[in-house]
Amino acid sequence: MSTAFAYERSGGMGRRVSTWLYLHPWFLLLLLLAPPLLWLGIVYLGSLFSLLLQSFFSVDEFSGLVVREFTLSTYGELFSAANIDIIVRTASMAAAVTVAAAIIAFPIAYYAARYAGAKAKAVFYLAVMLPLWSSYLVRVYAWKLILAKEGILNWFFAKLHMTWLLDALLATPVIGGTSLSVSYIGTFLVFVYIWLPYMILPLQAALERVPPSVLDASQDLGAHAGQTFRYVILPLALPGMVAGSIFTFSLTLGDYIIPGIVGSSRLFIGQAVFLHQGTAGNIPMAAAFSVVPIVIMGIYLTVAKRLGAFDAL
Amino acid sequence: MRSSSAGHARASLGLKIAAIGGLLFLHVPLALILLYAFTTEDKSYQFPPPGLTLQWFAVAWERQDIWDAIGLSARVALTSTAIALVLGTLAGAAIHRSRFFGRETVSLLIILPIALPGIITGISLRSAFNLAEIPFSFWTIVLGHATFCVVVVYNNALARLRRTSGSLVEASMDLGANGLQTLRYVVLPNIATALLAGGMLAFALSFDEVIVTTFTAGQQTTLPIWMLSELVRPRQRPVTNVVAVFVIAVTFIPIVVAYYVTRGTEHVAGAGK
Repeated sequence: MSTAFAYERSGGMGRRVSTWLYLHPWFLLLLLLAPPLLWLGIVYLGSLFSLLLQSFFSVDEFSGLVVREFTLSTYGELFSAANIDIIVRTASMAAAVTVAAAIIAFPIAYYAARYAGAKAKAVFYLAVMLPLWSSYLVRVYAWKLILAKEGILNWFFAKLHMTWLLDALLATPVIGGTSLSVSYIGTFLVFVYIWLPYMILPLQAALERVPPSVLDASQDLGAHAGQTFRYVILPLALPGMVAGSIFTFSLTLGDYIIPGIVGSSRLFIGQAVFLHQGTAGNIPMAAAFSVVPIVIMGIYLTVAKRLGAFDAL
Repeated sequence: MRSSSAGHARASLGLKIAAIGGLLFLHVPLALILLYAFTTEDKSYQFPPPGLTLQWFAVAWERQDIWDAIGLSARVALTSTAIALVLGTLAGAAIHRSRFFGRETVSLLIILPIALPGIITGISLRSAFNLAEIPFSFWTIVLGHATFCVVVVYNNALARLRRTSGSLVEASMDLGANGLQTLRYVVLPNIATALLAGGMLAFALSFDEVIVTTFTAGQQTTLPIWMLSELVRPRQRPVTNVVAVFVIAVTFIPIVVAYYVTRGTEHVAGAGK
């Protein structure tokens, strides 16, 4: 290696170029930034913009063709009662999934952050990463097996002689249904399962940053475990929780596959977008519908940023 | 590092149960998939399986449509990963080395494709292809995949660059290396495993992607799209089970490799800044 340096010491093209770049850091920065920015700017922002543009077009009622003229009528249609219903349903599901994911994730993250030794920590990390990165569809598919009438969950309840409990749960209005695989409970379970790892990781990162001395101090000052949790751990873990919730919320908001496979026939935002652009051929309506999650996420991200969630990512 | 005081050393039973229960919740469904790949029952999802057999692996092996789907998915994932590696590393280096106006905006732009729901990326691309009258092809799939894979490489590259000490680069310069030599002999070896990990994860992400792909694929069938059609309209359930096991195996390997090559890099040589 040292000989390689020595040979090029006295000059040469490479040296001149690198010296020039060193003296002109702005040019180097431009060189580094240009390819990714051009790609994301053209492919991604360009597409987003074209989507936004089409939401201001409308569909001719008689011919069914897209009229390329500026109009707000598509947005007017978006706020019909049926569509508001879809939006509220999706947002409530996203909120419920986020809360449930936070509750289930907390003990895992807390244990891994505070009590696990080096080896156990590695096991925990892999145990969270493997489901996170393994196939989304396969994991949804697993729940189709679990929730099926002849599947393991019903078998399990029958073995415990608790089928009555399941039936009572399914008899609950709104969230119930004829069976688990066509009820909101089923959809909810699958959502929580699929997005849970996204909550665990940032939460664990936030909890690992809580210095043990702070907890000792809290204890020394006379707080009991509950108070330490409520006034010390929870506020410090909040940025991580918010960071995780960005994923659980946003991913639930836009998903159209899970509610289609497990759940009642009532639509979610993602399914509405899919149907409008697909069979109905109403691209403007689909575009307007997909602006809804963008706006919701925009608000969400602004609030999250205030809460310091981006530092916890 | 100070070990925690005696009062903290042991977790309460409740916490242990909750943590282990949570992990079981994450893994039991995957274990079930494995079990179902061997079931003799092919008309329903009966539990417990009436019997176990290996025949479905042979049946799946003979299916050309599955091989085609795997081939397409692998080619798409490799191409997207290559593009993402270049773009993500460049972006990571730019964000790391300088503070400039709009820096926050750039990092937001890179994160946006995964922060916004996949359906939005998908339908945006589709509507853009429509407006520009680009026909669907292998490359329209790659275009979508590379866009959201950039962020994975970017995150890994940036994290490693932050841990790599700036004094290493200065030392290299002081010893007479020019910028390119420093890049070749100091910077790249330091971030190589992070790039490998980022690339592995990008591959896994692309290989498994379905939401964006349904909008950008036209008539082509990637493995996840094949899987989705089986989910909606099951034709031969046991074969689907076998493919599911295969998919789990294919995505597990890159993740475990990515983990082992980035492990312990908190203490990179010279990182004591």
